[in-house]
Amino acid sequence: MDWERILTLVAGELFAPTTAAYALAAIGLNIHFGLTGLLNFGQAGFMLLGAYGFAVSTIAGYPIWLAVLVAVACSVIFALILGIPTLKLRGDYLAIVTIAAAEIVRIVGRSTALTDVTGASSGLRGDSYKATFQALSPLGDGSTALGPFSYSNSSSNSWWLRIVGWLLVALACVLVWRLLRSPWGRVLKGIREDEDAVRSLGKNVYSYKMQALVLGGVIGSIAGIIYVLPRAVQPDSMGRPMTFWVWTILLLGGAATVFGPVIGSMVFWAVLMLIKTVMREVVPSTVLRAEQIEQFGWIIVGVTLMLLVIFRPQGMLGDKKELAINVR
Amino acid sequence: MSAETLAALQGVERVPGSLKPDAILVADDVTRHFGGMTAVDVKHLEIQRGTITALIGPNGAGKTTLFNLLTGFDKPNSGTWSFEGRPLAGVPAAKVSRSGMVRTFQLTKALSRMTVMENMRLGATEQPGENLARALVPPIWRPREREITAQAEELLDRFRLLDKKDDFAGSLSGGQRKLLEMARALMSKPTMVMLDEPMAGVNPALTQSLLSHIQALRDQGTTVLFVEHDMHMVRHISDWVAVMAEGRLVAEGPPSTVMTDPAVVDAYLGAHHDTDLGDDSVLSDEVATRLEAEVAAEDEQAERAARLEEKP
Repeated sequence: MDWERILTLVAGELFAPTTAAYALAAIGLNIHFGLTGLLNFGQAGFMLLGAYGFAVSTIAGYPIWLAVLVAVACSVIFALILGIPTLKLRGDYLAIVTIAAAEIVRIVGRSTALTDVTGASSGLRGDSYKATFQALSPLGDGSTALGPFSYSNSSSNSWWLRIVGWLLVALACVLVWRLLRSPWGRVLKGIREDEDAVRSLGKNVYSYKMQALVLGGVIGSIAGIIYVLPRAVQPDSMGRPMTFWVWTILLLGGAATVFGPVIGSMVFWAVLMLIKTVMREVVPSTVLRAEQIEQFGWIIVGVTLMLLVIFRPQGMLGDKKELAINVR
Repeated sequence: MSAETLAALQGVERVPGSLKPDAILVADDVTRHFGGMTAVDVKHLEIQRGTITALIGPNGAGKTTLFNLLTGFDKPNSGTWSFEGRPLAGVPAAKVSRSGMVRTFQLTKALSRMTVMENMRLGATEQPGENLARALVPPIWRPREREITAQAEELLDRFRLLDKKDDFAGSLSGGQRKLLEMARALMSKPTMVMLDEPMAGVNPALTQSLLSHIQALRDQGTTVLFVEHDMHMVRHISDWVAVMAEGRLVAEGPPSTVMTDPAVVDAYLGAHHDTDLGDDSVLSDEVATRLEAEVAAEDEQAERAARLEEKP
């Protein structure tokens, strides 16, 4: 078995752009679920909207800052549409509405009626919207090898994208860290515990929940941009499974912690890569074909999520003492 | 009972819906139906400022529903009410609380996975750091944070919870949670507190200390309205008693005489007909101190056991 190659692939996953994108999405979801207790099952919807917003407006000729702004605006509007009718109701309703709304975004995006704008089910080719981002790169053309890792400097799956992606992750972590320890974060935590109690103390619970939904959604939409920059905008690759992976990452790392989503994303993708590469080496193709091994990896993810929730609900970084308290 | 509040209530008629000389809360024709059932149908109710008023009645009399209506946690089918002259009907719960009328809940709502201190801080009003943008700049909210922390420590000390301030609220006993909820409500310096069964599930020794807290509140000028089933307590601390039955206000009067009102006896359907509902000999100071000592010893034992359990 070629361990060197396998370990290089696994280590590469630790700082891949996709890992950063998922970490960002999980940080957004952490603001929803970890801090406020909002059950958002449509994080992929926010990501897809961000991706569409960025790609479509770039293709239309917008400069990069405006394209990012469009992506953010899309997620803000989406959050408002979701939140206005549901945030006054009990938490489960938001879960149902978000999962449906994310599906609506995907299905509308892939509908043939919008072929001119979104490319329907075949999506938008990466080359059509990557140029503005790559033009910003100070690294120039060519590729650079750092140890065993060799990536292009600026195009597609590049060092430049890795730098920007992880800088954004760091920025989001600082933001969450700051908010978690502020009176604003305290109100959110109070809402997570018991919103009626917070209401009785004179806080406008609805407004706080809306702020959390919008903020987490905006971070989700930026995650969507990072996610599509090394590939294409493919509506069907950003459906329900994506939402569930983000949830797995959040619970794996530990909800309501600052670094939980980041650690969760790194471990998730590295372990998945390890399982897949090792199995490809070990399992003969007569037993499991390559694409079956891919599927098998996801089965492992599902089982992991179940085991996690049963045996370690606080995740890797969560406070066990905090979880030990039976809330209801 | 302070002489002043007693004197103020002396001339008040002892009938349901009687007019008070200085009413802080006035409610008119408040009704709430659940399907065909009328849960609350209060024609007129006034609460005297600066007094402790007890709201009693048998199970299902509509006391808690009336509380929910007055504090904006439920919407009435009809009715108006005003607090300090400002109409409050249709005002959302958070705004009611901000206007100075803060409530607690029958089933304690301690925010379990937050520390006792964080619970307390949450109760304070006018915190600049509760604004998303300003939360990002700590120098803006640190001074206020120090202020409310000092205020919280003072209150926790008064409620004997100061040594628990860094514990999760979920690790407190039921009685301590009641205390915490009350202390938290006081963080906003309300003009009126509405306590929904403050004594339910609290051991007798803590009851005694809760009672003295409530009396101290009144003596500082806060108006207290509370729902309670424990007649000893009602008799012990309230200045005025309002009795509800089947959603209606059936009697009002000072605690010494209201229990003998035929409407009240009827309301309780003779279940306690022959017992003295207000016998407070059980709550004499002597008995209370003995109980308090017993409970303290018990708590200590339980704590030691809990610590041992945590070890492995």
